[in-house]
Amino acid sequence: MKRSWFDRKQLAFPYFIYLILFVVMPLLVVLYYGFTDEEGNISFTNFVLFFTNGRTMGTLVYSLVIAVFVTVICLILAYPVAYILAKGRYARRHSFLMVFVLPMWINFTLRITALKEILTLIEGNLAYYPFVNTVICMVYDFLPFMIMPLFNALTKLDKSMIEAGHDLGATFPQVMLKIVLPLSIPGIVSGITMVFLPAMTNYVVLDMVYNSTYIMGSLIGSYFNAYDWNNGSIISAILLMFIGLFTIITDKIMTKEEA
Amino acid sequence: MKKYGQHIVIWLVLAFLYLPILILTFYSFTESTMIGAVRGFSLQNYVTLFTEPELLEMMFGTVSLAVVVACISVVLGTIGAIGSFYSRKGFRGTIEVLNQIPVVNADVVTGFSICIFMIVLLHLDKDTYIPLVVAQTALCTPFVYLSVMPRLKMMDNSLYEAALDLGCDPALALRKVVLPQIKPGIVSGFLTAITLSLDDYFIATYTKPATFDTISTYVVNATRGAHTSIKTALWALSAVMFVIVVGVVMVSNLRANEEEDGGDEV
Repeated sequence: MKRSWFDRKQLAFPYFIYLILFVVMPLLVVLYYGFTDEEGNISFTNFVLFFTNGRTMGTLVYSLVIAVFVTVICLILAYPVAYILAKGRYARRHSFLMVFVLPMWINFTLRITALKEILTLIEGNLAYYPFVNTVICMVYDFLPFMIMPLFNALTKLDKSMIEAGHDLGATFPQVMLKIVLPLSIPGIVSGITMVFLPAMTNYVVLDMVYNSTYIMGSLIGSYFNAYDWNNGSIISAILLMFIGLFTIITDKIMTKEEA
Repeated sequence: MKKYGQHIVIWLVLAFLYLPILILTFYSFTESTMIGAVRGFSLQNYVTLFTEPELLEMMFGTVSLAVVVACISVVLGTIGAIGSFYSRKGFRGTIEVLNQIPVVNADVVTGFSICIFMIVLLHLDKDTYIPLVVAQTALCTPFVYLSVMPRLKMMDNSLYEAALDLGCDPALALRKVVLPQIKPGIVSGFLTAITLSLDDYFIATYTKPATFDTISTYVVNATRGAHTSIKTALWALSAVMFVIVVGVVMVSNLRANEEEDGGDEV
């Protein structure tokens, strides 16, 4: 083979350097700021304070509650839709999924503005139900992200499995619970990862519906506005730990499913 | 009832997803300043949207930023994916893990961490737009990488080898043989990068110059009390964006169908 100055492998270097500089480095800097005080001395005060302060713990609990509600409702709404699109009456219309995914491409603040106007019309004043409105707006925002992975998992499912179940006398709920649901677990898991984390951190939705209670993301926002880099960093670091834990758990489930 | 059950589910969810936008679009063509109050037909919102300097500047800024970020991401992500595809397993594995970080990470954390690193630690001036472009690129490039990689795996590698055997330079072979085969991945990566940048609020807030606004940051500020004419002009913006998205999706769907049909004949 002809020798040349050019080696395909070298093409990976620019992106590798970019990742180190602008993905890994910033996270290390955040860890550094999170575990030092204003003079730059190593300190766990901020970390300990987060878990002992009632206000910050309340925020953590509130964001978990919101995230659980949003994720469960998204799952309940998205599963039948994904099933009908993949295996039901709409299975032959390939481009129909597109209709459900399309809203994802419209700017989310504009979409929430639209929903907000409707909710204002129905409720009169958004301030009466901050929690409900937050959950509705987040479900509206994230639903396509749940439908997509579920649809992908359900299309791969072999239809003869379902037919075999019916032929052997299983009722529709039995087929769903014993065959379809277990086989679509990878889709459910990746759908949950797409929705749960944004629901814990997307504080813009709360701001837009005048929900003045904080979630984890709002804490970063308020420390950022107060130029409190150390406390902002410790929240980011705690969120990173959550994300890491989440990723490890989902990876475990995924590899177990594939095996 | 059972016969219609599936249709009912599908159309109810569709109504939930689309009614707000459609109703807002309808009201954007009226004089009303709130939904529910029907007034006369008017194009005033569209006139405001396309004449008010503040709005024009914001839209132009958002789109320019998206195009710049998407172009950098596509170049970086595509050559990154090609390089990593041909690299040793260990190196490729490292890149894939690092590539996954911005994908799973919360945008708030990505934006905040780059702000801390570039602006607080390195004292880079926000007004240079460098932190903003770098941060959005860090968010978008992994998605380009992820849409190019499957195409590389599907690619027929013997064509590249054949080109080399016939005396082609590796760099030229890459351009003439590999690039055309992964082009669909590059195009969808570009579109993903554009929409991610257009949608982004968090990374922009933490890294943008104070006087610069994207659609997201502008809309969020407008909800904290904006002039009514601006508020309703944003309805017009929603309608415009809705129409553009529907158009792009339809065109790319038609393209994809044509490609599939063409592929069958070969």
